[in-house]
Amino acid sequence: MTLPPPAMYPVACEVNGEKRLVRVRAADILLSTLRDQLGLTGSKPGCENGDCGACTILVDGLPVKSCLMLTVEAEGKQLTTIEGLKNSPVQHAFVRYQAFQCGYCTPGFIMNCEGLRNAHPHADEETIRVWLESNICRCTSYEEIQHAVRDVFTPKT
Amino acid sequence: MTGSPLEDRPPLAIEKVRYYGEPVALVVAEEEYIAQMAALRIKVEYELLPAVLSPKEALQSNAPLVHEHLDKYKRHEEVRPEPGTNIANRVKIRKGNMEEGWNNSVHTVEIEVTLPQSDHAAMEMRCTTAQIMPGGKVILHSASQSPYVIQRAISESFQVPLHQVIVHTPLVGGSFGGKAAVQLEYLAYMASHAVGGKAVKLVNSREVDMIASPVHIGLDAKIKLGCTRDGKLTAAEFVHLFDGGAYSDRGVVMSRAGAVDCTGPYRIDNVHCDSLCVYTNHPYSTSFRGFGHPELTFAIERAMDILAKRVGMDPLEFRFANAIGPGDTSPTQTLLDRSNLGNLPMCIAKLKAWLDTDDSPQYETHGHLVKATGVCCFWKNSNTPTDAGAGAVVAFNADGTVNLLCGAVEIGQGTRTSLTQLLAERLRMDERMIHIAPEVRTETDPFYWKTVASRSTFLVGNAILRAADDAIAQLKGLAAVVLQCLPTDLDVGGGRVFLKDAPATGLAIEQLAHGYTFPNGTTIGSQVIGRGSYTMQNLTLMDPETGKGKLGPEWTVGAQAVEVEWNTKEFTYKIIRAATIVDAGKVINPLFARGQITGAMSMGLSFSSREAFFFDEKGAVRNNQIRTYKLIRFGEQPEYFVDFVETPHMEAPYGLRGIGEHGLIGMPAALANSLTAATGVELNRLPLTPETIWRTIHDPV
Ligand code: FES
Ligand code: FES
Repeated sequence: MTLPPPAMYPVACEVNGEKRLVRVRAADILLSTLRDQLGLTGSKPGCENGDCGACTILVDGLPVKSCLMLTVEAEGKQLTTIEGLKNSPVQHAFVRYQAFQCGYCTPGFIMNCEGLRNAHPHADEETIRVWLESNICRCTSYEEIQHAVRDVFTPKT
Repeated sequence: MTGSPLEDRPPLAIEKVRYYGEPVALVVAEEEYIAQMAALRIKVEYELLPAVLSPKEALQSNAPLVHEHLDKYKRHEEVRPEPGTNIANRVKIRKGNMEEGWNNSVHTVEIEVTLPQSDHAAMEMRCTTAQIMPGGKVILHSASQSPYVIQRAISESFQVPLHQVIVHTPLVGGSFGGKAAVQLEYLAYMASHAVGGKAVKLVNSREVDMIASPVHIGLDAKIKLGCTRDGKLTAAEFVHLFDGGAYSDRGVVMSRAGAVDCTGPYRIDNVHCDSLCVYTNHPYSTSFRGFGHPELTFAIERAMDILAKRVGMDPLEFRFANAIGPGDTSPTQTLLDRSNLGNLPMCIAKLKAWLDTDDSPQYETHGHLVKATGVCCFWKNSNTPTDAGAGAVVAFNADGTVNLLCGAVEIGQGTRTSLTQLLAERLRMDERMIHIAPEVRTETDPFYWKTVASRSTFLVGNAILRAADDAIAQLKGLAAVVLQCLPTDLDVGGGRVFLKDAPATGLAIEQLAHGYTFPNGTTIGSQVIGRGSYTMQNLTLMDPETGKGKLGPEWTVGAQAVEVEWNTKEFTYKIIRAATIVDAGKVINPLFARGQITGAMSMGLSFSSREAFFFDEKGAVRNNQIRTYKLIRFGEQPEYFVDFVETPHMEAPYGLRGIGEHGLIGMPAALANSLTAATGVELNRLPLTPETIWRTIHDPV
């Protein structure tokens, strides 16, 4: 059986501050495009249907589960993956509080926190809880992550 | 056929499919979506066979046989299948005199407990790639705890010389025992072979990972426990039926662990235990964090709580009074001493102090809210093969920095960091001067049995210390020639080799690392490469009739507590606090150690409060997604308390004991004990969902 070559669509977007042009099938999800075409493997598949948050990235500054977004929907958008962060306070806090073990869930947690900082720079405990509930970590006890995030949202004098 | 210790599993089903999710065909394509479309075109016709859906059912005399030819399977390691039945393995403990034990018992309890199969649910799904090079070399990349086991398995199954099989294991996204089994690697090899050796990648989707790859073992147990009037344990009898699923894999060895440590950390002179790994038509089981211990601990610790109530003793005091100690013997009749056994009374005392710091009583009601605490103790020996071993190489760079080569896989437990710290401590150098690669490569890294059983810092750690000592001897030997003294006059530390009596006189390691060059250019010595290896010492197999034997080097012990708030109106509960006191022998990295313990506690609480596979009447898994198979989430974590006791294990690097699994072991039991105290009904079945509790109270059938 030979399949006809699939129709490909060009998608132009900005990834971590760089203009990128990709050609994708209509059914390609953003997570696969990032990982397989752009080599940005920091975003992780943990379920590929929105349950775990490991694939979270920022789209125009807000967190999106990249397994639930089609690549063609990214046209004209600004995407930030974990590779686009360098020395962010959230990253530092995760290191300081040992908020990861295997690290597989970490990019998703960090991107979600970055989005939370954009949306609610002064988020309280309850807002943090509601936002981070969407990510799963199987290694840590969440206590470490809570400490790290709390630190990020504590006003520094 | 594949499988260890018992070769009972074809990589793809032959003749019959034994569990829902068992792989039946492989499709290789250039793109994943093409493979998916092709797979949809495969039509399989199944004839429905009678299924065996619980270990108890499997043992009925008229039960259908999951494996008809148990006698034909090849065996590695110790395993005792019983052909003509569904028993893959039976392990016996016969210690003391049961009649006498029961005669001396004034109080006895008899209970049955049930733990269903559940999932490891590591965030990274299992995945592997395989490629067969034109010269016959096989290259695999695998997210695994056992690269060297894969190497061996591929070599033996497909007749490739061992050195021609190369396995690389990068950082692994969590595994918890689930990635110790070899499964996808066989399939990837076969797929690559089918397409002329091209590189083939095989990645489980979450759904497939949960139903097709091996899962966390289940247990149906029956236990009878007796004690004297004043609460001294006299006798214990166990029947452990482990739900190994359709293929035995490591379930066989877990059933052994279920026997070896069946009594929990208590002094009981008369013990009778039959621990079985039973075939059912469930997914097959493999090792899971705690390796049979969370399960056996649930059984014994539920019985301990009930017996304490009978005697009228405080549950923690009852445990303290019966705590096992030096001079006692284990169920397998190993004599215990201060080195091979941690200090349980000390752990209990520390737990009691923690419980007492909060002035409020351990049982309290406020309207429809009931606060209650449950406690438990645990112990764990490693049940490793008698020849489990590891090697290590410590190679010096010209500038005095060091490359450390070893085969311990980083699965998030921090092993490779802790091992680097051990080496830095021995060489007395800054750990930042030691390089360790994140990845394990079987062709360059010395052998390590596999990264399981909380044994890496012990086995690999000992190998590294020997390699360090070897390197130190080389450095001293060379420096002695240059400094014109005896090697024994010298010490190594701070990047130098120097005279003990005159530390100012010495040489920088970089002057020696690749040989010493005199001013005239003549060089003596050469690159300093330390080598070391270590294998388990003095372990024995078990006596088939009595179970007598030495199954591991030491027991880590600990005491745990869980406090819940039970809502009598809604039948829901919150986990408020959870504590673990563990005898770690020696804490190597305090932050990692706490993280390992709380992480394991979290997993234990998640597993006992909500995780289970649900099957339909034909044995199909109904919840193979994270939205239907619930895991604990951010915000549900209780307040954690962790503290350590340090009783050194003399054979281990710096006296350390395994701690990677142990935080999990008692959580199911402590949670059930707390909820039993809160609800007033004995809760002997996991998971402890509001529904299970409601059923236990209102609908006990
Ligand atoms: S992979 Fe996207 S939410 Fe799990
Ligand atoms: S660190 Fe492993 S899943 Fe979060």
